[in-house]
Formats: sequence, structure tokens, C-alpha cells
Amino acid sequence: MLLLTCPNCGPRNAPEFRYGGEYNPRPADPDAVDEATWTTYLYLRENRLGVQKEWWYHRAGCGLWFLAERHTKTNEVVRTYRWQPAVPGQES
Amino acid sequence: MPIRLLRQALSDQQPARMWREQPLKQQYDVVIIGGGAHGLACAYYLAEEHGITEVAVLEKRYIGSGGSGRNTTIIRSNYLTPEGVRFYDESVKLYEQMAADLEYNVMFSQRGHLTLAHNDASLRVMRRRAQVNQLQGVDSRVIGPAEIHALCPWLDVSDHPRFPILGALYHPPGGIIRHDAVVWAYAHQADKRGVHLHQLTTATGILVENGRVTGVQTTRGPIRTGTVLNATAGWCSTVADMAGVSLPVTTYPLQACVTEALKPFLDVIVVSGSLHVYVSQSDRGELVMGAAVDPFASYSMDGSLSFVEGVAGHILELFPALHHVKILRQWAGLCDMTPDFSPIMGFTPVEGFLVDVGWGTYGFKASPISGKMMAELIATGRTPDLIYPFRLSRFGEHDLVGEKGAASVGH
Repeated sequence: MLLLTCPNCGPRNAPEFRYGGEYNPRPADPDAVDEATWTTYLYLRENRLGVQKEWWYHRAGCGLWFLAERHTKTNEVVRTYRWQPAVPGQES
Repeated sequence: MPIRLLRQALSDQQPARMWREQPLKQQYDVVIIGGGAHGLACAYYLAEEHGITEVAVLEKRYIGSGGSGRNTTIIRSNYLTPEGVRFYDESVKLYEQMAADLEYNVMFSQRGHLTLAHNDASLRVMRRRAQVNQLQGVDSRVIGPAEIHALCPWLDVSDHPRFPILGALYHPPGGIIRHDAVVWAYAHQADKRGVHLHQLTTATGILVENGRVTGVQTTRGPIRTGTVLNATAGWCSTVADMAGVSLPVTTYPLQACVTEALKPFLDVIVVSGSLHVYVSQSDRGELVMGAAVDPFASYSMDGSLSFVEGVAGHILELFPALHHVKILRQWAGLCDMTPDFSPIMGFTPVEGFLVDVGWGTYGFKASPISGKMMAELIATGRTPDLIYPFRLSRFGEHDLVGEKGAASVGH
């Protein structure tokens, strides 16, 4: 992967960005979940072989944390976009 | 040996094959997915120490084509946690006897291992590691620049570099080995004892009924079995997923490269955690160099220019005299990184589905002992004490084995 498209700055050199791991939403109410759910959130990863939704950080640019969909075998980036806060009643 | 070699040279006969092609049987006692050093060592110990020979090793490509053939062959036991030191030291001992045990020249060269410290903080960690190592009976100590210079005169120990060398953790039993020979030796000995090695055979599914493993689907047909061991390193999450097991693993590529062959000048292994680089000179004279894992998770084994740039720059800081040396080739392997930089060995929530995964950047050096321990676990149904700290359930119990400080380079 040579280029990544920042939703703010457009296509930039990939080394400008820091990888932030697969998208793994935090349980909405941490006090309400059981130990197993918390363990899953903290440690277990899907580690998908295929298109993965993941976090990136434009550290040498605008400083935006954004989401990307990238194929983990070919490293082809399907799209990048801003994170949107969850709408109540809809899945984030 | 020389007479055998001579007879071979003068005869028309082909040398005996190292292992045989076997038909895929419909049933095995144990199916090991992954034909690398770990899977083959486990198969060997199952047959050798526990008399379990109805074993199949399934390999998607060819024996040793994954991490076992892509690592930088460094073997050492100077880790940070007592659990880690004990475990890896048993592995070093098995490597020391390997040539005799497996009747194969694995070219193990215990030439000494230097982990450089470039600042006070890392020197403090080196001292702590030396103490932990010594308490476990491992030969390991902190040395200063004068002794480093005596061991390795080409290393720039002056105060000129941007990150001057203040000291090093010296681990004399650390060494390098012929990694392919380790794989071949285990494959040969396992085959001799009746284990079936199936190359070009991909596991496509794991059958689970009522929480128990009943078989494996492969590209060559189904197999009935009650025990499946996942020993697939970088691909372990995809294999575990077939059994419905989720793992705390993220797959990262790790790149390495070799230079053109040089006259022998470097007879120790030099590692710098701060500079993210390690280097040793192979028996062919090439410098084998590696760095930290790639900056983002991926299943791709493509090389990158930024890796070569980084490793070349850092090597030149350590060895300015190498400025004219050319890089011959580079490659990558896949590392199954865990949150605590320790492996995962043993039982999973699915009965009969076992894992030997999470080996990150330190799997090759543990092959013999992990194979031996997993074989004992399969044969007895109990987790041996040595690998109990590395069980999968430690994550739910928040009982991690933080080995980050002793990974050979920063991650």
C-alpha cells in the first residue's frame, strides 16, 4: 500500500498514517456487560482475511482518526470515511 | 558418513527420500493443521514419546513454507519473564541435542547473542533481564562497550552515533541454525515413525458436534478425528474460525533481507531494540537482517521499500563499514501477534480442538519444546506445568504473561 486517502486531505503517502487496529466498538455501557463480553472486547479479534473495517490516524497530517475498508491480503483500500456517532436504534 | 557419501556419489541409486507421499486415510487419531516446525515437532514427539502414530500433518503448500522457512533462525532464551525464560531455555537445550536426537546436521552455531542498549532505560531493562535469566540458570550478563568491542570489533562503540552503544545484554548460548534442516529432520523422523505428511492439502473445514471435534474437511476429502491441532501461525485465526473459536490474535507481516555474501567477519548475533534491527552472518557469508513487524496488520507477504530503507539506515549506524554492501533479496512472513507477546498453547472452548498459535516473532526458537509439550498435552489430556502460563483462558482471567520487553526488537 503506497497511498491512503484521508477524508480531509485526500490521497497521501501511506507512511503518514498510523494503523489503529480493526473496528471494535466498545460496549455501550461497560458496567452492564458480563466478564465474557468484556474479555471479547479487550482481547479477541476477528483478524479477518478479506475486507476489514479498521481505524487509521493521519498523524503526519491533519490528525484525523477515520475508518477504512481494506482487503487484508491484497492491501487494496475499498474506501475511507469519517466515523459517525451511532444513531440510537441503529447499529454503529 | 564420508564413506556413505562416497558410495552415494559412485552409485546410480537415488538417495532415499526424506519422507513419503501417503494416501489420505479416512480416519486419524490426531490431525495437525500446519506443516511447519511446530506441527512436525508435535507429530514427531507424539510418535516418539507417546506411541501415537495415527497422525496426519496437513500442509497447504510444502513442508516448512511458512514461518519455519522465513525466520532469521535466531535461538536464545534471555527473555524477560521467568515463565518465558524457563520455557525458551528448555527449547535451547533441545536444540543443543537435536543433531544427535534426529540424526541430522542442523548446523546449530551457538555463537553468542548481543542485545545492545542505547540509553539508560534500556540498560536498566537489560540488567533486570540478566537477573531474571541468572535466577533461572541461564548464561546472561550485561557487558560494557570495551567487552562489546572485543567481541565485535566492527561495531561502532564510540560516542559518535546518534544513539551511542552504552552496553549490551550478552547471552553466550544464543545462536543460529539451519532452519530448513530443522523442518526436514522433524519431517524425516516423524515419517519414519509412521506419521503421514500431506503436502498440498488444505483444511477447508472443521466438523464440530455438540461442542466436540469430529473431523476435518480437506481439499482431498474428509477425515474423521477427535483431535485437531491448529499450528498455523499467521493463518491461525482463519483456521480457528472454522471451529468457531475466536483468538486474541492479529496477523502482521515481518520482513527480513540478506546481503550479498561477505568474508566471515561477524561471529555474534547483534540486536538493537531501539534501532529495530537484528543481524547475523550466515554460513554462506550473507548478512541476515530483520526488523520489527510491519506498521499495519495484513496477510500480504509483499516486501516494501520502507522496510529496506529503515533496516539499511539502522545497520549503517551500527556498522558504518558496510556502506558498500548490496542487499540481495528480501521476503516476509506472517506473525500471529498476541496482546501480551506470549504464545497461546493448549485447550480451547471446543473439546478436541487445540491451539499452538500466537507465536508472533518468536515461534521458530520454540519449535522443539512446544512440539514436545503439545504432544504431552494431547497424549495425557493435561496441560504440562511449563506451558500452563500460556493457556488461552489466561485472557479471560486477566493473567497475561507480558513479554513485550524481551521481544528482540520493539513492536
